[in-house]
Amino acid sequence: MYWEIEIALFVFLIITAVLSLYIKDLLTAVVTLNAFSFISALIYIVMGAIDVGFTEAVVGAGVTGIFFVVLIFQTYRRSID
Amino acid sequence: MIRYKSNLIILMVSRVVSPFIMLFALYVIFHGHYSAGGGFQGGTIMAASLLLMRLAAGREIAQLQFRTILGTPLGSIGVLIYFGTGFMAMLAGGEFLNYGFLPFAGFQAAELRSLGILMVEIGVGLAVMAILVAIYDDLLEGYPHD
Amino acid sequence: MKIINWLLLISFGALLVYASFGLPNRGDADAVMHREKSPAGSQGASSYYIRNAYKDANTPNMVTVILADYRGYDTLGEETVILTAGLICFLILRRKKKNSDDPI
Repeated sequence: MYWEIEIALFVFLIITAVLSLYIKDLLTAVVTLNAFSFISALIYIVMGAIDVGFTEAVVGAGVTGIFFVVLIFQTYRRSID
Repeated sequence: MIRYKSNLIILMVSRVVSPFIMLFALYVIFHGHYSAGGGFQGGTIMAASLLLMRLAAGREIAQLQFRTILGTPLGSIGVLIYFGTGFMAMLAGGEFLNYGFLPFAGFQAAELRSLGILMVEIGVGLAVMAILVAIYDDLLEGYPHD
Repeated sequence: MKIINWLLLISFGALLVYASFGLPNRGDADAVMHREKSPAGSQGASSYYIRNAYKDANTPNMVTVILADYRGYDTLGEETVILTAGLICFLILRRKKKNSDDPI
C-alpha cells in the first residue's frame, strides 16, 4: 500500500549502513549508525509493529549512541584499518 | 583522548529539558495498558534523561541526582519486584506468575490481572533504568575527570 | 582469494532472495500462522489471544497482555539477562581504588 515510502526508506537504510562501514572518523560512523537505527524504526512503524519500532527508536537511536560516544572518548577517534 | 569541557548553554538547556523527559518516561510506563509502550521503553527513556544530566553537568553534580552506588542494588530490586509478584500469586494458591490469584481483596480476576501487569511493568522499568545508568558509570570508571 | 569471497557472497545472497519467495505476503489472512486451526488440528494461539485478551486481563492493549501475562516467563528471563549484563560490567570494569584521594 505504502510501497513508495518503503522503497525510499530501504534505499536510505542501505546508504547509511554502507556509510557507517566505510567512514574512517568513528564519531561520524556513530552518527550514521544512529541514523540507520532510526530509519529501521521508521520501517517497523510503516510495517505496523508500533512497539518494536518504539523500542528500536529508544534503544538503538538513544542509549547506544551515548555508550559509543563514551567509548570513543576513552580511546582514539580515528579508525586504524 | 578528547578533553571534557563544561559549557554553560548545554548545561542550562539540559537542566530545562531533563524533567520533561522524566515526565514522558513516567507517562510511557503508566500508560502502557492503553497505547504503545511499557516498562522497557519507559525505563530506557528515564535512563536517557539521567545520562543527559551526566553528560552535561559532569560527574560530581550528577551524583546529587542518582548516586553511582545505587545502580546495581536498584536493578536487583526491580527484578525482585517482578519475581515477588509471581511468587505472591503462587503463595496465594495459583500458579507462578498467574496474576489472577493475587491476594488483594475486592477485585475481579480480570482487574487483578491488570494490576499484576502494572506491578510487573514498574519492576521492569526500575531494573532497566538502574542497569543502564550503572553500565554508563562502569564505562567511565577509568576516565580521569577534571 | 577475492574472487572466491565475492562468489560466496553473491551465491548466499541469491540463496536468501530465492528463499524469501517462499514466505507469505505481509498481512495475508490465509497464512498458516493466522488460521483458526493449526495444521495438526488444534486451535491456533493467535486467534485465541485476539479473542480473549480483553476479557482475561481487562486491558485494551493486546501486546502488553501477551508480553506481561501470557508470556510472563519470557519477560522474566529478559529481565534476568539485563541484570546479568549489568553485573558482568560491574565485575569487569569496576576497579579497586588504589589511591585514596579519588572521590568516587
